[in-house]
Order: sequence, then structure tokens, then C-alpha cells
Amino acid sequence: MDTSQTLLLFFGGLVPMAAVAFVLGRRKALVADSRGQRLHSLPAQYGVYVATWMALPAIAIGVVAAGAALLGLRVPPAPLVLSFALLGAAVACVLALRRVEPSLRARNAIERFVYWSLFIASLISIFTTFGIILSILFEALKFFDKVSVWEFVTGTQWSPVATFRPGQEAADSQFGSVPLFAGTFMITGIAMLVAIPVGVLSAVYMSEYASYRVRTIAKPLLEILAGIPTVVYGFFAAITISPLVVEVASVFGLHASYTNALAPGLVMGIMIIPFISSLSDDVINSIPDSLREGAYALGATQSETIKQIVLPAAFPGIMAASLLGISRALGETMIVVMAAGLRPNLTWNPLEDMTTVTVRIVDGLTGDQSFDSPETLAAFALGLVLFGVTLTLNLISIIVIRKFRQSYE
Amino acid sequence: MNSQVSLSASRRLKRRYRAEKRFKAYCIGALLLALAFLVLFFSDMIRQGHSAFVQTEIQAEVTYNKDTVKFTQESVDEDIAPLISRAVFRAIPRRVENNPGLMGTTQTVWLVANSDVDQYRKGHNDRLGSQDLATLKRLQANGDVAYGFNDGLFFSGDSKIPSNAGLWSAFVGTFYVMLVVLAISFPIGVATAIYLEEFAPDNRFTQAIEININNLAAVPSILFGLLGLAIFINFFGVPRSSAMAGGLTLSLMTLPVIIISTRAALRAVPQSIRQGAQAVGASRWQAVRDHVLPLSLPGILTGTIIGVAQAMGETAPLLLIGMIAYIPEAPTSMTDAATVLPAQIFTWAGMPERAYVSLTAAAILVLLSMLILLNATAVVLRNRFERRW
Repeated sequence: MDTSQTLLLFFGGLVPMAAVAFVLGRRKALVADSRGQRLHSLPAQYGVYVATWMALPAIAIGVVAAGAALLGLRVPPAPLVLSFALLGAAVACVLALRRVEPSLRARNAIERFVYWSLFIASLISIFTTFGIILSILFEALKFFDKVSVWEFVTGTQWSPVATFRPGQEAADSQFGSVPLFAGTFMITGIAMLVAIPVGVLSAVYMSEYASYRVRTIAKPLLEILAGIPTVVYGFFAAITISPLVVEVASVFGLHASYTNALAPGLVMGIMIIPFISSLSDDVINSIPDSLREGAYALGATQSETIKQIVLPAAFPGIMAASLLGISRALGETMIVVMAAGLRPNLTWNPLEDMTTVTVRIVDGLTGDQSFDSPETLAAFALGLVLFGVTLTLNLISIIVIRKFRQSYE
Repeated sequence: MNSQVSLSASRRLKRRYRAEKRFKAYCIGALLLALAFLVLFFSDMIRQGHSAFVQTEIQAEVTYNKDTVKFTQESVDEDIAPLISRAVFRAIPRRVENNPGLMGTTQTVWLVANSDVDQYRKGHNDRLGSQDLATLKRLQANGDVAYGFNDGLFFSGDSKIPSNAGLWSAFVGTFYVMLVVLAISFPIGVATAIYLEEFAPDNRFTQAIEININNLAAVPSILFGLLGLAIFINFFGVPRSSAMAGGLTLSLMTLPVIIISTRAALRAVPQSIRQGAQAVGASRWQAVRDHVLPLSLPGILTGTIIGVAQAMGETAPLLLIGMIAYIPEAPTSMTDAATVLPAQIFTWAGMPERAYVSLTAAAILVLLSMLILLNATAVVLRNRFERRW
């Protein structure tokens, strides 16, 4: 019996049983009602009460069995678990049914059940974060067993030697991550040089100058840029922008690689424009008009008001938006995988090919190497650093934005 | 003296007005630059991709007999055979099997040309030999060469033969993955949003959940791929490159989007609705279920559609869980190896043949139209059903 069959039988048994439990619970309440006894809750709520109490033990047994199987403690045979779960459900149904009487506060019980279900649902997002941390941390620690943290952080050579068999050691591998971070920061820097000025200035135009009509047309158009999938941007960068950069560079007598860092940087900048512009737009809109009117009253022109009053007041918000943009650029994968190089290269020249952290993560995990090879584990170490850096940036900007909203509310 | 002051003042004023104009021009320029990128991008994709929606077909006589079913290349004239797609020949035995009446006959039919011929006609001459070129010229003069709609692009699976490659298996894979994403992230996302907006006490733990959700929305997508690889595949044993693994991973990414937009929709419902319901004896949950949720449903659905559209274009985490496999046949279950549209685009973008460039761009146009359709639905939904209070 495979998993999907087991699940099918489990729910196939449970759902009709829940329906029966509901009907029985409600009927018992209705009978009491017809005898003229005053019910605390609606009759249907007694039905839901019985059905819920019936389902809970069965689901609990299923979860425990699945957990035991996953942790490798013991794999209980599926028919045994199934019969136990359904038997438990039947017993629980009878017990719950016996508790149904007019004074039972079924509605309050349902309310509590709903509350805890919603609470558990909201924990899933916490589990996701822990899941990310744990899944990266364990493999990254295995990597740092083999390679010292110091070498990883300060080394300027990244040249892993491929190992295909588990246990095979690659003695000559070097894991200095500096060139990878250099490439990442170079491309991020180029992207920000495009995205911050264009994003902030177009936000200023839309919130300060544009008429309502221009706004309603331009804003969704800009949002389209944010909705374009990154794989599409990657193709655009590799097929159209990279050759363009090479051509333009050769006009100036410069040599550019076809996997130069400039093209993915530029395209990534385009992608990030709408993030920065829509966040900055919100921020600028939340600056109260009284500030602007004060400046006008002193004789300032509109641009002077913007430059000397509005933008300084909006600065924390704009900075938070830029930090979010940087975090997105650091973690962006598809554009660099498709348009940037694979060769770790420590250089200041954006026309040369450079590689990034995310490229090496993808490269380390999509090859045919054994899962415990240092290069695969190195991908997790890089992921750990990426997570740490983006987490810091995100937290700073989330907190700044929260504070900013509160200060003008 | 007085006139001097006013002169310098008016000069200064002029300068300030010039600065005003300049600054406004910068702002307009920035916006126009961003929009110009958009125009450049779309025109480039259409320029690259439009030609892949049609393909060259050649009219020729096909002979079906015992020999040609075995040596399928011999079923057409030997000078025409090198111009025809290999996929056509590959299909001949199956065609005869399905229609035994064909055996022993000769039919004049339109056959799909191979990608060298197709690329030549579309202006990218590179690999056509002189003899084949002469044959093609002769056929063209007879009117035996024409463009036909490339229905294989939509209705056949991936292939290493460019003229036979299509998006069908990617469509099916995308459908399965999105089904998983919806089934998981919609209920959990809405439940989380209801908890945070309607039930949660205002304490540190609630704030931690909120900050955590905002952070998740900004975590690089590739890290979700690491999670999917380590937890769903290695720990839970979900089959690698399956729609299930992809859907689970993308659900976690879509969750924050749905939570954030659902919370906004719930917050837009005025307090008086809740107070009214509770005043006539509804419990908190009853007020939410019977009044707040129905009123905020358009907003919730809008957010969900936007979240699903985002998940539909995501590639990076799927690379790590192996969804870049070569999938010629559409998957038939959640646990079969599958591919999705963006992953198919990535695979085709890496193919060396020239024909795949326009195929990739065509696939991009298909993906973009689907996303635009989804987002337009979301906007229409919001504009038609959203209530302003």
C-alpha cells in the first residue's frame, strides 16, 4: 500500500464517519430541544462538536505514525495504523456523543477549536523560517568541518575539484569565497545604480507632479516590470543585453566578455525599479501635506520643497526600500545563472565575466556530484551566508518601515 | 541700489525656476526610462519569438509500404527527405498502425520541415547544404512550401528536435504544481491572516510572527529551494523533480504573499460590521465566518491570484529540486517527474541550436500572456467586487 492509497483510505473512512457523527450529535440536541429543554448552543453546533472530537484522535494517531516512520524509529504497517485510527475515531465519537446534553457549551468548544487551529496555521510560517535555517545549517556545518571558516571568508581562490563518489576527498580544492562575493556585490552595485535613482525619481514624479490620470496608467505599467518572471529577464540579459554591451564596448575600443557582469546588473536594476518606486511612492504619500504647505508658504518652489522637505522626511522609508532592493539583488538567481559567468574572478572591471554566490549554489547542487562532496556542501555554506546577509537587511528595513509608518499615523 | 537688488533677485528667481524645470525633467525622464525598458523588452521578445508560432511545411508524396515503415526515410523522395523533420519519419509507423488502410498507398500531404529549412526561410541561413537549397528553391517555385501554424508548440511535449518541441508537458506540470500551491497555501494563508487580524493578542509573540512573515516575503527564492531539497526531498522522501516537491516548495513561498494581502483585505472591513454581528449574539468566529470573510473575499481572491501568478513564474528553487529534467511526456500524477513553464524556458534557453532561441522567446510570450491574463483577472475582480466603505 503506497502513501496516496493509505491517505485515500484514511480520509475515505474519516469523512463519512464525520458526517454520521455530525448527524448523530445534532439529532441528540434536537431531541432534547423538542422535549422543551433549553439548549446552550445551536443544534448544528452540537453536531460539529461531535464530529470534531471524533476526527481529532484519528488525525493524531496518523500524525504520530507518520512521524515515527519519518524519524526512522519504526515503520508501522499501514493497515494497522488505519484500523487503529478509525477505531479511535469511533470510540471518540461515542464518548463525545455521550457528553452532548443541553447544558454543554458546544459553541464555546468550537470557538476554542477554531482559535487553536488558526494559531497552529500561523505557526507554519515560523516553521518555514526554522526549516530554512536548519536545512542550511546542518550541511553548512559539515562543510566547515572540512574547510576552515577563516579560509572560506578570506580566501581569494575558489576552485573546487569535482568529486563524484561519496567519501572521495578532493585535496586540491580551494574554497575562498571572496571572488564570489566580489561578483555578487559588483552586480548588485550596478543594479542599484540603475534602480535607486530611476525608482526614487519616478516615485517622486508620480506622487508629486503627475496628474491622477497619468498615475493610474503609469503605476500599473511599472508594476508589470515587477511581474515579469526572473527567468525571462535572464534570457533577455543573455540574448539581447550582453551582446549589446559587447558591441558598445568595442565601439569604445574595450574588450567585453559575453558573460560580463554589466548586462545582468543592468537587467537586475530594471527588475528592481518597481520595488523601489512603489515603496518610495507609499512613503512619500504618507508625508503630511502640512509639511509641503509650510515650505510653499516660505516661498520655496516645488522642487525645492521636494529636495529639502519631502525627501529628507521620507529618507528612512526610501532607505528601507533600497535595502529591500539590495536584499533582492543579492539573492537573485536566474538572471545571473543565465547571463553571468561561472568563473570566479576577482576584478574591478564590470566588462569581465564574474560569478556570484547564487550561481555557485545552483552549480553545486544541479551537477551529478555526490551529496556529501565538498562542492555540494559549499553550496549550503554559501546559502547560509546569503541567508544571514539578506535576513539582516530585511529586518532593518522592516523595522524602519514599521517605525516610519507609526511616526506619521 | 534698489534696482540692483531686484535685478539680482530676479536673476536668482530665474535660476531657481530653471532648477525647478530641470528637476521635473529628471523625474519625467526616470519614469520614461523605466517605461522605455518595458517597451524595449516586449518588442524584443515579440521580435525574437513571433516566428516560432509558425513553421515551414513541405508538400510531398508519402508512400506507405512494408519497406518504408521500416526505413521511414524512404517514404518520400530522396532529395526531399533531408528537408523533412525527423519527427515526421518517427511518426510514420504509428500512423500506419492507427490507420492500416494507408498501407500500400501513396498520399500527398503537408509535412513539417526540419529546423534548418525553417531557420533558412526565417532569415537565419546557416546550415543548409547547396543541394538541399536547390531542392528547396524548386519546391518553393512549385508552391509546395508554406508556413503552417505551429500547433506542436502547444500540443506536444519537449523534444531534442526543435521542430517537434512543444510546451504541453510544461503546461500539465504547471497545472499540477499550481494545484498543490493552491491547496496548501490558500487555506493556511487565509487561516494565518484571520488569526493575526481577528484573534491574536497584541503581544511580542504575535509581533514576532508578523515580522517573520514580512521577512519570509523577502527571503531569496533560492533559499526555499535549499529547504525543499533538504526537507521535502531528503527528509520527507518526496520524489525528486515531482510536481509534489515543486508545489510544496512554492507553497511556502506563496504563503507570505497570500497572508499579507488577506490581512489587508480583512483590515479593510470596518469594525462596525464585527460589532453589529456580535451585538446580535454572534461569537467572534461566527462574526468572521458569516460577515467579515464574505465581505473581504474579493480582496482575498485577488491576493491569491497574484500570489499564484508569482509562483507560476518562479524558477530558481525548482532548479535545486531537479525540475529541469527532460520531460517529453506529460506527467500523469503528482509524483511523476515534471517540468513547469519557466523551467522549460530555462532548458530551451540553454540549447545550442539557433531554432531554440525563437522557441524560447515564444514560450516566454506564452508564459507572459498567461501571467497578464491572471493579473488582469485579479484587477477586474478587485474593481468589480471590492466594496469601499
